[in-house]
Amino acid sequence: MSDHAHALETSTGLDSRKLAIWTFIGSECMFFASLISTYVVYRNKSLVGPFPHEAWVSPAGQHFEPIIEIPLVTAGTAVLLFSSFFVVLALYGAQRGNRKMMIGWLGATILCGFFFIGMQVYEFTHFVHKGLTLQTNLFGASFFTLTGFHGTHVTIGVIWLITMFILALRGQLPPENSINLEMAALYWHFVDVVWVVIFPVVYLMK
Amino acid sequence: MATTVVGQETHAAGAAYGEKTGLWSWLTTVDHKRIGILYGTTAFCFFLLGGLEALLIRFQLVKANNTLVSPDFYNQLFTMHGTTMIFLAIMPLSAMFFNFMIPLMIGARDVAFPRLNAFSYWVFLLGGLFLNVSFLFGAAPNQGWFGYANLTSRQYSPGPNVDFWLMGLQILGVASLAAAVNFFVTIMNLRAPGMKLMRMPMFCWMSFITQVLLLLAFPVITVALIMLMFDRFFGTHFFVPSGGGDPILWQHLFWIFGHPEVYILIMPAFGIISEILPVFSRKPLFGYAAMVFSGVFIAFIGFGVWSHHMFSTGMGPIADTFFALATMLIAIPTGVKIFNWIGTIWGGSIQYKTPMYFALAFIAMFIMGGLSGVMHAVAPHDLQQTDTYFVVAHFHYVMFGGSIFALTAGAYYWWPKMFGRMLDERLGKIHFWLMFIGFNVTFFPMHFLGLLGQPRRTYTYQAGLGFDWLNQLETVGAVILFFAFLTFLINVIKTWRRPATAPADPWNGATLEWSLPSPPQEWNFAEVPVVHSRDPLWERKRERGGPLPEPLRVSGQGIHLPAPSFWPAVAAVGVMGLFLGIMLSPKVGPWAIFVGVSVLFFGVFNWIFEPSYTSIPGVGGRPRAGHH
Repeated sequence: MSDHAHALETSTGLDSRKLAIWTFIGSECMFFASLISTYVVYRNKSLVGPFPHEAWVSPAGQHFEPIIEIPLVTAGTAVLLFSSFFVVLALYGAQRGNRKMMIGWLGATILCGFFFIGMQVYEFTHFVHKGLTLQTNLFGASFFTLTGFHGTHVTIGVIWLITMFILALRGQLPPENSINLEMAALYWHFVDVVWVVIFPVVYLMK
Repeated sequence: MATTVVGQETHAAGAAYGEKTGLWSWLTTVDHKRIGILYGTTAFCFFLLGGLEALLIRFQLVKANNTLVSPDFYNQLFTMHGTTMIFLAIMPLSAMFFNFMIPLMIGARDVAFPRLNAFSYWVFLLGGLFLNVSFLFGAAPNQGWFGYANLTSRQYSPGPNVDFWLMGLQILGVASLAAAVNFFVTIMNLRAPGMKLMRMPMFCWMSFITQVLLLLAFPVITVALIMLMFDRFFGTHFFVPSGGGDPILWQHLFWIFGHPEVYILIMPAFGIISEILPVFSRKPLFGYAAMVFSGVFIAFIGFGVWSHHMFSTGMGPIADTFFALATMLIAIPTGVKIFNWIGTIWGGSIQYKTPMYFALAFIAMFIMGGLSGVMHAVAPHDLQQTDTYFVVAHFHYVMFGGSIFALTAGAYYWWPKMFGRMLDERLGKIHFWLMFIGFNVTFFPMHFLGLLGQPRRTYTYQAGLGFDWLNQLETVGAVILFFAFLTFLINVIKTWRRPATAPADPWNGATLEWSLPSPPQEWNFAEVPVVHSRDPLWERKRERGGPLPEPLRVSGQGIHLPAPSFWPAVAAVGVMGLFLGIMLSPKVGPWAIFVGVSVLFFGVFNWIFEPSYTSIPGVGGRPRAGHH
């Protein structure tokens, strides 16, 4: 947060903190690549049901219910994608000293984040209610692990954005410090992009 | 902000800022040089511990049907020996040189994120203690350093042993990742003016490649460990066949990490050797560009060969062929490196100082390890050798004959820069010969033992199989190695009693760190150096005729140094609490996790929002480098 950090010249011309976030994101790609690969390998290898996209026989063996609720998750996905747009507008405001714009769009981004987390909490409890848990089968284990760790990243992103929101409210995020928001925004975009991969792989892939 | 000042005031500022001592100053230090020393000291202690474990293994195997230690304790010994040497000795010893040397060599005042750097160290220390504290409970990890499923499942490893291992590695992963981001950015961004990428010292280049490997390899083992953790604590079946899980998936994930990890261990060694050979041959490094690109190439292919650790799992002929060929391909850039090293020595006026002894031994020993590596790449050959002592011989020739010899060379080479004292040459040579002979006596017979069929990780063996005398010979070698490192310790203690009088440039060095006093001031460079060539110091000496450089630019600015901070250490404790919490009972665990995460956030928030720099007024202007 030191203003001196800006004054230092760097070999690449990029701010070191921004480069650090990009580096970290590169590393995170491997993290999610491993989780997604595991999911792809295991999704249809369960010894017992439920399987993704198949009807799920209840313990009584009487009726069939689909497990994944595509409309709900699509709504969550749309909201998350819009939030990436909102955080761009917030950053646009921050860089031009438009505090009102920054605070407004930042607030909208955070609300989107909460909506997504809420969607996931609902989805998880719904699944557990239907009898799909971490322990049920390989599908359950790899599904909850993959989407759960994505949700954890969303949560950390929301905490980060709330911190920025508080700074913005206090007037401690002037245009020359907008890189702080830019870092949070980069991370937020990454979390969204990962979901763009997870969504078709987990919810749409037959 | 102060401007150019020389002489007395420079000294006064130094006294005010740089010469704090005592425990608190070490706990709060964010100076990359002091963190480097912390890394080195800690890692050397772990190295001795790992060596002690190896010695016990050798004493157990000194005769047939020996019962010096119990079978279970023996399992703990070889598991902890491997884990300790890889994660707590070689990696952090490399990190010592990253920390101390990279900023000096690229002409930077500090690393990009000094407090993140301190955080990395404290997390590493706590992770190392976490792993080793398990001995006190008689429950040290006992499943092998590779943690193969499903030996690591609850069913076959019910105790906390594997839990200590997997939580310890997760903690160490946090430290490695933080350090890798830091050094990646440092090397990318903080190079002195004129130091283009293709002018960087080779040690910085190889370290840079190491950081990339760390960044891309560690997340994979993080995921593997998470799944193992879920299997053990939450009843999932990722690696449990009875639930449909596949133990081979563990091996794939582990070795996608594990093979690049081998290059993480050896790349810094390549860098150290590439620094030492030119200086003691009085010739620039031969084939600089080829050295850089062969390093990049090795790292690149290194990600595509993981399954050569898995030939015996039955992957099928196509996969076996692919991985065999990819593995043999690595011999090409490695050969390029070795020929370039030989080209560097060729026709040079060689000075046989201790660092040069170790560097030359590195080349010979590493070639041997590399050649037995190519033997393993031949899949049918590997099927005969796998899980025998032949494999043990191979990786000790690479890891000990390679990494440890190079790190020791680096220690003798940079010791004067780090501590202001020259290590004793005579003791250094004794150290070298003891280590060289001890190493070969210990590990060369392992090739024969392997071919005779002695399995690795074996607790004991029957008499009359022809194993006895070779094992005895190896144990003698291990004792010689013990005395080798004792000699090093004696050398260090003896040297420590002398005053710090090492010259700034004892070896006629080529790189920027030798333009600074030994040890360097807290602010490294009073003037930011400007670089025009690959061997900036040699160039300056040539141009100016004098033994030491002159400042090339007067910046006219005061110096900003990162302020000491204890928040990184606090945040590190939070990381520890988080992983400890997962291990504890369901009653206490969640609370420990909650407290750990809270402390982590508290620490991180405080370190982000505290002022991060202090100015040293009155420092600047001409460097003191030339006056010592």
